Amino acid sequence: MSPPLFDVSTISRSYAMRSGMFGRATAVHAVDGVSLAIAKGQTLGLVGESGSGKSTTGRIVLGLEPPDRGEVRFDGKPMAVPETAAWRAQRARMQIIFQDPLGALDRRLPVGAQIREPLDIHGIGTPADREERVRDLLRAVELTPAHGARYAGALSGGQRQRIVLARALATKPDFLVCDEPVSALDVSIQAQVVNLLCDLQAQLSLTLLFISHDLRVVRQISTTVAVMYLGRIVEIGSADDLFARPEHPYTQALVSASPAPGRRSAGRIVLSGDPPNPAARPQGCAFHPRCPRAIARCASEVPALSAIGGERQVACHLATGAQTRNAA
Amino acid sequence: MTPLVNIAGLGVAFGGVPVLRGVDLALGKGEALGLVGESGSGKSVTWLAALGLLPRHAQVSGSVRLEGREILGAPATELDHVRGGRIAMIFQDPASALNPVLTIRRQLCEALALHRDLQGNAVKAEARRLLDLVGIPDAGRRLEAYPHEFSGGQVQRIMIAMALAGNPDLLIADEPTTALDATIQAQILDLLSTVRREFGMAMVLISHDLGVVAENCDRVAVMYAGRIVEEAPSNQLFADPAHPYAQGLIGALPPLDGPRRRLTAIPGTVPDPAKMPGGCAFAPRCALASEPCGHAAPSLAPIANDRRVACIRAEAFRRALLGIAAE
Repeated sequence: MSPPLFDVSTISRSYAMRSGMFGRATAVHAVDGVSLAIAKGQTLGLVGESGSGKSTTGRIVLGLEPPDRGEVRFDGKPMAVPETAAWRAQRARMQIIFQDPLGALDRRLPVGAQIREPLDIHGIGTPADREERVRDLLRAVELTPAHGARYAGALSGGQRQRIVLARALATKPDFLVCDEPVSALDVSIQAQVVNLLCDLQAQLSLTLLFISHDLRVVRQISTTVAVMYLGRIVEIGSADDLFARPEHPYTQALVSASPAPGRRSAGRIVLSGDPPNPAARPQGCAFHPRCPRAIARCASEVPALSAIGGERQVACHLATGAQTRNAA
Repeated sequence: MTPLVNIAGLGVAFGGVPVLRGVDLALGKGEALGLVGESGSGKSVTWLAALGLLPRHAQVSGSVRLEGREILGAPATELDHVRGGRIAMIFQDPASALNPVLTIRRQLCEALALHRDLQGNAVKAEARRLLDLVGIPDAGRRLEAYPHEFSGGQVQRIMIAMALAGNPDLLIADEPTTALDATIQAQILDLLSTVRREFGMAMVLISHDLGVVAENCDRVAVMYAGRIVEEAPSNQLFADPAHPYAQGLIGALPPLDGPRRRLTAIPGTVPDPAKMPGGCAFAPRCALASEPCGHAAPSLAPIANDRRVACIRAEAFRRALLGIAAE
C-alpha cells in the first residue's frame, strides 16, 4: 500500500457550550481520539448521524480548525503554521466541497469568474492560461464553456455542484474533502455527480475524504469506510465488506435502517432512544444506552478500537469477528 | 366499492404555467400508497391542491372526491371538516409546523377541540393518551413542555399525534423522515405503520426515497413533471419497472451489497415547467425514446390488472408480462 497522503493521530476537539445565559459552560466533545489515514488515490468514507463529529473531523483534517490534541500530517509533514507561505502552498493542494452549492457560490458573479478566482489567488499561469484552464475545468465536469458566463441562480442544483467541483479542482489539488456533496440532490442527479466524482478521481488520482450520512453513496465511492458515533470511530473496514457484514451493533442498526427496494422491513433493527447528545456523553461505551446487546461492562468501560482480522477494526466489547470469519 | 379518495384529471397552474398536468389517482380505505418522484414532479402539489391548501392565485382544475363527494372548490365550512378531521397531513419540517411559544398541550388540545366533541378534562386525558401512543415518554409531564424542548424525532412524533387527534381516515405524510437521522427515520416509519394498523387508516407516503416507499407501501405511483408515469404494486415496481424513468430511478440507486457497478445515471435534468417539451416530458432524457415520443404525451394505460404505465411502449410491456404469465 502506498504511504498515506493524510494521517491524523488521536485528534480531539471540544467546544464550550452554555445552557441558558447564565448556565455553566459544559464541554462538548465533538471529536474524541480519532485516528485516520488515507493512502494516495484512495477514498475514505466517513459515515455517522448528525452530531457524530464527521464534519468536524473533515475541518480538522483540512486545517480549517486546529485540534485540541493530536497531530495532523499531510504528505508526511505536519500542517504548516497558518498565514505563512508554506501554509498557503499546502492549502492549494487541498480543497473542500459542501452540501449546499448555492451557499458556496456568489450569486452576483458569473460562475466562470468564480472558478478562476483560486487561480488568481494562488498565481497559477498567465491570465490567458487561466481562461483556457476555466474552459478545461468546465469540460471536465461535463458542462460547456457557455455555462461559465451564467450566474448561480440560472443553473440547476446538479450544475451548481459541478461548478463548485470545478472550482475546487482549479488548483489541481491532491486531496479533496467532500462534506455531504450529493445529499441535497435528486436521485438521478446524485448518480450523475457520484459517477463524475469517481471518474475525476481516477483521472486526476485524487485522494478523497467523503463525508455522508448516506451508506449507499459512501459505499459506492469509498475504498475504506469509517463509522462514527459521538465523536469516536466505532468501526472501520473495507467498503465492500463493512456493510455486508457489520460487526458493531451500531453499524448493524444503520445498515438495517437503510431501506432497500424489494426488501420488506421484516426483522429491521429499530434502535430505541433519542439521537445522541454530544454534550451528555454516556459513560463507558457511548452507544450502550441504545444498544440491544449491551452488557454491564459496556456501561463502565470504553471499548478500544481493535483489529478483529482482515482490515476490520471494531470498538465493541462484544465484537468477536464472527461475522467476518463466517464469510471467509 | 367507492374508493376513499378519487382524483381525476387534477391540474394545477401557477401564473399560466402548468405544474400538475392531469393526475388520476384512486386510493382505497386503509391502503398505503407511495408517491415518488424528484423535486418539482408534483407529489406535494397534488395533495395541497386536493385539500385546497394552495395559494389563491393557483389555478386548480379537475375533480377530487372523498367517498363520492366533491371536495375541490368546496365551501370553507365543509373543508374545515375534511382537513384534519377526515384527511390529516404531516410535513418534512415538523419544527416549523408547531408554534414555538405555546405548550404541546395547548396545541394538541386545540386540534382535539376542533375535531372531537370533548370537554374539559377529557380533552387533556385524550391529549395525554395520544402522546403516549406516539411513544413520548412521561407524556403527562411532557404535555407542559414547549416544542424546542423535544428532539427532531420527538417533534415529528408530536406532529403525528396532532394528525391523529381528528381520527382521520387518511394521513398524508409528506417526506416525514427526510430531515431525520437514519436510526430515527426507522423509528418514525415503524410508528407510522403501527398507528396505521391500529387506526385502520389509509396513508399516502410522499418521498423521494425509493427504499422508504418500497418498504412501507402496498402500491406506488411514480411522478415525473406533473404526471403519473407508472403505478404498480410496490414489489412489482421495484422488481420489474416498466417506465424508462422508473427504471432509471431504480438504476441510479447505489446498491448496499453485492458487487459495485457504475451507477446508471439518467442524463440531463427535469424540464422547466414553463418550457415543457412537446409529447412525452421524459423523452429528452430517455434512452429508449423514438420519433413518435415527441408527438403526443402518452396517457396512463393498463398493462396488467393493477399496473398502469404512461409510455408508448406500454403495449409491448403488456405483451411481455402476458408472455411471461403464459409460460
